[in-house]
Amino acid sequence: MATVVVVTSGKGGVGKTTSTAALGAALAKQDQNVVVVDFDVGLRNLDLVMGAERRVVFDLINVVQGDAKLPQALIRDKRIDTLSLLPASQTRDKDALTAEGVTRVIDELRERFDWIICDSPAGIERGATLAMRHADTAVVVTNPEVSSVRDSDRIIGMLDAKTARAEKGERIEKHLLLTRYDGARASRGEMLKTEDVLEILSIPLLGIIPESEEVLRASNLGAPVTIGTPNSPAAKAYFDAARRLRGETLVVKVPAQRRGFVARLFGRRAVA
Amino acid sequence: MNLISMFRRRDSAPVARERLQVLLAHERAFIGKSDLLAVLQEEIIAVIARHVTIERERVQIKLDRGDPISTLEIDVEVPSAAAAAALRDERPAMAAG
Repeated sequence: MATVVVVTSGKGGVGKTTSTAALGAALAKQDQNVVVVDFDVGLRNLDLVMGAERRVVFDLINVVQGDAKLPQALIRDKRIDTLSLLPASQTRDKDALTAEGVTRVIDELRERFDWIICDSPAGIERGATLAMRHADTAVVVTNPEVSSVRDSDRIIGMLDAKTARAEKGERIEKHLLLTRYDGARASRGEMLKTEDVLEILSIPLLGIIPESEEVLRASNLGAPVTIGTPNSPAAKAYFDAARRLRGETLVVKVPAQRRGFVARLFGRRAVA
Repeated sequence: MNLISMFRRRDSAPVARERLQVLLAHERAFIGKSDLLAVLQEEIIAVIARHVTIERERVQIKLDRGDPISTLEIDVEVPSAAAAAALRDERPAMAAG
């Protein structure tokens, strides 16, 4: 049975695409058959983050409109053969995406893959609602920051109202992925703590991804952090999150605050 | 900036948390439920009409959003026994069943 996952957030720039790529690669490395689907029509970036930008020939819109067959548009990852990408169109706009077309493509993907991970565009418009439409599970990507938490709350409300599952009266699983987390700043009271965000949004925690240079480096190189630097703290957090998505129960590690030698010598003042 | 203000400046997370809690409590109640008042009005009228005879035009419902609390004001005019009896004869549908 295939599982459709939507990676969503409402707010832009919180790490949806990065997390889609990292989670997709992590699941594929755990011998799952995975496709990551870019729903950000007109502003595609998943191809770039996956390092496949030069291999795009056909895209989601071509398949939705019947100009290409699904296998023609799927790009198989060169590093992990159980990982594929279905890119978005860069030249079209979101209106080219039809509800019926998306339903057909998702149904076809369900027959081929174990996991279909949909990278949602930011916002609450058509592109975002179509990306979440067929989801069985949602990964709500949130930064420990007020505007991101507020937008996530709004998205959670939409997941409970506008998805196919919700309309049938079924439950949609929702998980919180807290990204760009800085343990040191949270412990100093400068940044919302994990428990604050969890209490406010009240959905279960999938993982905490520490703010890390490795994540930026991964995008620069076009290698998801779970492929490029699998032993980095951020990659490990994504691997654990992938295992939780598969139903394993693991204790969530709160990223430890890293303090340099000078900071330790001088205590709190030195890191201000 | 002195040392004390440096320490005090840092504790902004609790403020963020509180502001979010207040804001989201409102937004959850009102977003997508703009007809909340209409629904409340119908249900309140139905409950009262089960026990006393009332005229639906004589039920006023008002919602005031505020911080820290919002108030829901329900104003129901209950007619005297004689008026209620006349009302019952006139409009049996609204009478208690």
